Amino acid sequence: MKPPPFAYFAPRSLDEAVKLIDEHQDDGKLLSGGQSFVPVLSLRLASPATIIDLNRVEGLGGASEMPDGGLRVRGLTRHREIELSPLVARLNPLLTGTMPHVAHVQIRNRGTTGGSCSHADPAAEMPAIALTCDADFVLTSVTGERVVPAGEFFQGVFTTALEANEILTEIRYPAWPKGRRWGFEEMARRRGDFAIVGSAVLVDFDEAGRCGAAKITIFGAGDIPLRIAEAEEMLVAKGLTPETMREAGRITSAAIEPRDDLHASADYRRDVSAVMVRRALEQTASPLRTGVAA
Amino acid sequence: MNVSTRHEITLTVNGKTETRTVESRTTAADFLRDDLRLTGTHLGCEHGVCGACTIIVGEASMRSCLMFAVQLDGTTITTVEGLAQNGKMTVLQESFREHHALQCGFCTAGFLTTATAFLKETPDPTADEVREALSGNICRCTGYIPIVEAVLDAARTIKAAKG
Ligand SMILES: Cc1cc2nc3c(=O)[nH]c(=O)nc-3n(C[C@H](O)[C@H](O)[C@H](O)COP(=O)(O)OP(=O)(O)OC[C@H]3O[C@@H](n4cnc5c(N)ncnc54)[C@H](O)[C@@H]3O)c2cc1C
Ligand code: FES
Ligand code: FES
Repeated sequence: MKPPPFAYFAPRSLDEAVKLIDEHQDDGKLLSGGQSFVPVLSLRLASPATIIDLNRVEGLGGASEMPDGGLRVRGLTRHREIELSPLVARLNPLLTGTMPHVAHVQIRNRGTTGGSCSHADPAAEMPAIALTCDADFVLTSVTGERVVPAGEFFQGVFTTALEANEILTEIRYPAWPKGRRWGFEEMARRRGDFAIVGSAVLVDFDEAGRCGAAKITIFGAGDIPLRIAEAEEMLVAKGLTPETMREAGRITSAAIEPRDDLHASADYRRDVSAVMVRRALEQTASPLRTGVAA
Repeated sequence: MNVSTRHEITLTVNGKTETRTVESRTTAADFLRDDLRLTGTHLGCEHGVCGACTIIVGEASMRSCLMFAVQLDGTTITTVEGLAQNGKMTVLQESFREHHALQCGFCTAGFLTTATAFLKETPDPTADEVREALSGNICRCTGYIPIVEAVLDAARTIKAAKG
């Protein structure tokens, strides 16, 4: 249970960091909070020759408001900072509300949003939230920045659009429209464990209180978090009622291809997915689930 | 000696400044136990699951098995050895004894460091908040109930002392 030997660099600037990862892209790995990566090293699932520690890179952490009212979360922002940030609570209460489900406080004190999304565990919450919010991922390398939408960023189990020489430097969450409400529900065996399955939803109510748009994500039910467009469209067409919320759950169950694993069978995941979606949608009935613009 | 695999670090541990040379791959936990001989920090799982290795970095509780010693350069940390002052246990430690919040004691350092950081942030917690805060620490002996009681009682005692 000891990490293999490696050469260690702790760059102070992003410029230095992108140069280092470019130089070492064949045998080097980035280190953020280490809350997923250090176990990988200790279990010897990976033995990179070089580790580039991002923790001392100036300006790589923190959340801020964008000119258009969106939320910018820099890669090295700790989970705990997001959980406690009044700015995040105002601009994206779905992030705030989800954070207590991510691991335990000692892990949230160290783990980062960039690390979590780069790691891309199928059961992780942050990728699911980014997908629900149609967030944009900013990837930085020696050649500059490129922006990848969440829908294209997650590509498979532990697999993302990141090239070996790129750093995830920023996630941009679009501004919340007026009338938006959120819901989040997950099923885990123990508090702080990765979810067996979970669902995040956003519903945009128009002035008349009708469902103008809906976003439904299911995670832990496949290789990557998934948006269920058919259920989203059905809710816009029929509105939110106890029956349509159940129907959204049924559509989700039919749309996913979960796997059997140690934690749950595929059938169980399919059944629970329907319940997670229904419950997350039911939460949007509460006026407590609104954002700043509501 | 390859410069990038060995590093000189300086940090403050339990109020004392230490300067050492460490290998890149040495975890903070192994550094504390093997180099500084602070063996109060225990290692259960060595991959982030059990919480036995929790230390306080600055003000925040963290897993010392998931950090490298080299990352401690410039930090101020507290381990279980740094809680008692001049041989006098803290209110929380006394409360653990009072409530039989330990049996074998293997998990205790992690619970004490976690709860110390937690009570600073949340001086007047509910039982649910205590349970949530301690959810990242595993105890195989006590069944947790006495641990939760000890933390709640410590919070009351600290509050009463402040008047
Ligand atoms: C006991 C335990 C329980 C947990 N429970 C949960 C949970 O319920 N939900 C959950 O979501 N997570 C959970 N986690 C994981 C935790 O959230 C991690 O913090 C997170 O997955 C990884 O973030 P990190 O900053 O620690 O990244 P690291 O561990 O440092 O890195 C993870 C991977 O991402 C790469 N990487 C890191 N930063 C970047 C970057 N900026 N650009 C490109 N690549 C990068 C690294 O090379 C590595 O491959 C748990 C962890 C533990 C130990
Ligand atoms: S030894 Fe660090 S969490 Fe178990
Ligand atoms: S007292 Fe034995 S593990 Fe907690």
